[in-house]
Amino acid sequence: MFKKWRSRWRLGALLPLMIWLMTGCSQENLSTLIPAGPVAREQLWLMKFSLGVMLIVFVVVIAVFFYVLVKYRKRKGQTGIPEQVEGNHTLEIIWTVIPFIMLFVLAIPTIMYTFKFEKVYSASEAIQVKVTGHQFWWEFEYPQYGFTTGQDLYIPKGKQIQFELTSKDVIHSFWVPAIGGKRDNNPGLINKMTLLAEKEGVFKGKCAELCGPSHALMDFKVIVLDENDFNTWSQKMRAKPEPMDLSPLAAKGKELFTKNSCISCHAVGGNGGVLGPNLTNFADREMVASIRKNTTENVKAWIKDPNSIKPGNTMFKGYSPYPNFSDDDLDALAAYLESLHVYKK
Amino acid sequence: MAGAVKRYSGLMDWLTTVDHKKIGILYLISAGIFFLFGGVEALLIRLQLFFPEQNLFGENTAEIFNQLITMHGTTMIFFAAMPLIFALMNAIVPLQIGARDVAFPYVNALSFWLFLFGGVLLNTSYLLGGAPDAGWTAYAALSTKAYSGSGVDFYVLGLQIAGLGTLIGGINFLVTIINMRAPGMTFMRMPLFTWASFVTSALVLFAFPAITVALVLLMFDRLFNAQFFEVAGGGNVVLWEHIFWIFGHPEVYILILPAFGIISEVLSTFSHKRLFGYGTMVFATALIGFLGFMVWVHHMFTVGLGPIANAIFAIATMLIAVPTGIKIFNWLLTMWGGHIRFTAASLYAIGFIPTFVIGGMTGIMLTLPPADFQFQDSYFVVAHFHYTIVGGLIFGMFSGMYYWWPKMFGRMLNETMGKISFWFFFVGFHMTFFIQHWLGLDGMPRRVYTYLAGQGFEKGNFISTIGAMLMGVSIIVMMINIIVTQMKKADAPADPWDGRTLEWAISSPAPEYNFAQLPRVRGLDALWIEKMAGNKGMIPAEPLAEIHMPSPSIMPFVKALGLFIAGYGFMFNGNTKATSLPVVGFVFEHYILAAAGVAVFLFGMFLRSVYDDQGFHIPIEEIHVDQEENA
Repeated sequence: MFKKWRSRWRLGALLPLMIWLMTGCSQENLSTLIPAGPVAREQLWLMKFSLGVMLIVFVVVIAVFFYVLVKYRKRKGQTGIPEQVEGNHTLEIIWTVIPFIMLFVLAIPTIMYTFKFEKVYSASEAIQVKVTGHQFWWEFEYPQYGFTTGQDLYIPKGKQIQFELTSKDVIHSFWVPAIGGKRDNNPGLINKMTLLAEKEGVFKGKCAELCGPSHALMDFKVIVLDENDFNTWSQKMRAKPEPMDLSPLAAKGKELFTKNSCISCHAVGGNGGVLGPNLTNFADREMVASIRKNTTENVKAWIKDPNSIKPGNTMFKGYSPYPNFSDDDLDALAAYLESLHVYKK
Repeated sequence: MAGAVKRYSGLMDWLTTVDHKKIGILYLISAGIFFLFGGVEALLIRLQLFFPEQNLFGENTAEIFNQLITMHGTTMIFFAAMPLIFALMNAIVPLQIGARDVAFPYVNALSFWLFLFGGVLLNTSYLLGGAPDAGWTAYAALSTKAYSGSGVDFYVLGLQIAGLGTLIGGINFLVTIINMRAPGMTFMRMPLFTWASFVTSALVLFAFPAITVALVLLMFDRLFNAQFFEVAGGGNVVLWEHIFWIFGHPEVYILILPAFGIISEVLSTFSHKRLFGYGTMVFATALIGFLGFMVWVHHMFTVGLGPIANAIFAIATMLIAVPTGIKIFNWLLTMWGGHIRFTAASLYAIGFIPTFVIGGMTGIMLTLPPADFQFQDSYFVVAHFHYTIVGGLIFGMFSGMYYWWPKMFGRMLNETMGKISFWFFFVGFHMTFFIQHWLGLDGMPRRVYTYLAGQGFEKGNFISTIGAMLMGVSIIVMMINIIVTQMKKADAPADPWDGRTLEWAISSPAPEYNFAQLPRVRGLDALWIEKMAGNKGMIPAEPLAEIHMPSPSIMPFVKALGLFIAGYGFMFNGNTKATSLPVVGFVFEHYILAAAGVAVFLFGMFLRSVYDDQGFHIPIEEIHVDQEENA
């Protein structure tokens, strides 16, 4: 008997341990628990509110649970038969009606926000961004500005952004946890979603729907600039810039880029295909292939063997046989790509 | 008459049996093996996520990981959880209602063999070009031929064959429970496990046709180039999600309701008390089953169906919390005032309560569409459904296993090992999954084969993997327990737990015919009533007479084998260029193998229709011998 008590104590001691273990993990710019916009904040509020309501139930259940286990455990030498109770209508009505009331309380803000988050803004009220999911990268088209980017989504602080979500292949799901909850990118269909970022910074975005081997690596960045910076950036992007005065190495890279048909999928400035990410502002990106730091070494490693970095990606699969670039070629290509600056802060 | 039918022994006995108790054991063994497969897959998943940016399986880690998660989910749901439920339903329901067998013993055997061959077919995919890799939900576009490997063919055909077995099994139990109850066993005197089995069978009847349709559509897309899910051809990928979840959500209740039933039985028995609020419990069970069909869209809040659909399905889902809450409180009040004994069986049932309440709480949180936009497809969801399926269903099934093991095998599982196993499982379970709530909230999507370092996911994943290992230890202890127990003499008493329901009125294990004389049932907890009245056992409702029994038959096995072969015929049609033998190629290329397999099945049906099987009779002398042996 005493032993059982002790084991229960040990279990109780686990709780603060677990709380300790769980703190300090949430990362700003990624966690839903540190919201950076009204959508994420209101969603967090609803999460907390529902957790609070649920905790009332939990506390009652756990209190009764432990009381019963301690008080009514069979003792040594205990005989006789406990009273065979059939039930108790009053009690049963109580624990039917009270949950109903609690759910009713919960339902009101739920319905309110369900409708609120589906509000669609017109072109004059919000910046429109068409988000297209691809295996395994993101395309962001700005129809009001007439340009497209890949991987990095630039938005101004404090402005409504009206997203139109779709996919070119399988279902993806567009998720920027710190700014707001997700919506699916369904091929052949268009979903709408509105977000607003209140803080400047670089936020992490994720694909949330299993979309193939590199689903785990289908990250993107949301770069929130203040409005002036955003305008500067968008003006530069709108000019569809291509780098001038390339170094000889980079010029060779540009030649290779064209000769090997990279350009038939990847646009730079105003020229090029749309099957792969637009590379106009490649050198501005923090990451290459969204998962490695954007360094010359990583760019070269990526071009050399993309499949080892992002298994199943279409650059490797769609380009068959994949070219075997020499080290010199890789140096040149990397130099060219690293010259594709549009906006430096 | 007796002896006119051959009664087999040894392996042939197991292949030909139509006895619900033996079929129950067959289900249990196969479920156990598939559970181990699924468990190993789970451990591999957790090991791959132990540390960030690992590549445990070499350069194909991403592909292999997707196969592992798909097979883990599919195996655990369809080939471990479902057959565990059918194992206990088969072993116990006929005994609880005072019947000699299920309504259709032959069909019952067919159910089992279809399930087994479906599961085997699915698992052979590992050896034949890779396992399915589109997730257990097999969302279209990804599950179509353009985006996934040949493994998804195995998923489609394996589930189709096994699903057929489940569907006819469900019908069988509906008919059994409606028609085969002993005299006096009215509906409102049925034990709660039987009630839960009844509602579950009804859910099977209505839910499985949906997955059948979904699988047929996907099969046509994959094997015959149809375009149901092909966007370019006018198909719609959301169609799959709807049909899948119209099946998938009731499936959740198909899984959990029998566990609710077991918890009700076990808590009542080990508290030495009648179940509190029996009528309400029955009503709550039926209500959960009913509402279970109206909530599927809560799996699809982020699909973009609009605020009206989302709001309606959110409210419908919330309603389910009410009957579930009623159950929790009735269980607590069942224990209230009782003499609670702590055994392995009751520990699992007791551990179920707080665990399932946590799963229910997060369930309510998930049903709020705006909040779900954050939870959906994150590790929060992974935590939630493991709390309900492992913390609910598996706790319930393990409880039932320890409870009914003597009735199924005539041996008592070792209690000490059972309790050690329980504590490892309980602590390991919470360690694995509790922390995953935070991983999800901190932005970790589910089904990721790895995660980059420096995102705050390291600690949670590390702890989670350690927890999974503890669960593994628990299962090893349980297996040792089972092996040690089965090597001992079968000497379990008829009523080891001071039981209340009919199955404890007959010897452990029950004789072939269950009840020498059908019992007269005088109320809820039929055996308890007789015990309180000072009677030694049940009062017979009929004189002792020859007992009519169904004949054993190999045909269910052969028929299932036919569909199994046909499955390969369909899958490899036009896909056998690898084979160097022209004959083999020819047989595969022209649907010959597929046709042959289907022909075996149809021929089996034909034989069954024209051959009039009268069964056989067990003579009174044999019954007397049994009774003396047990006396």
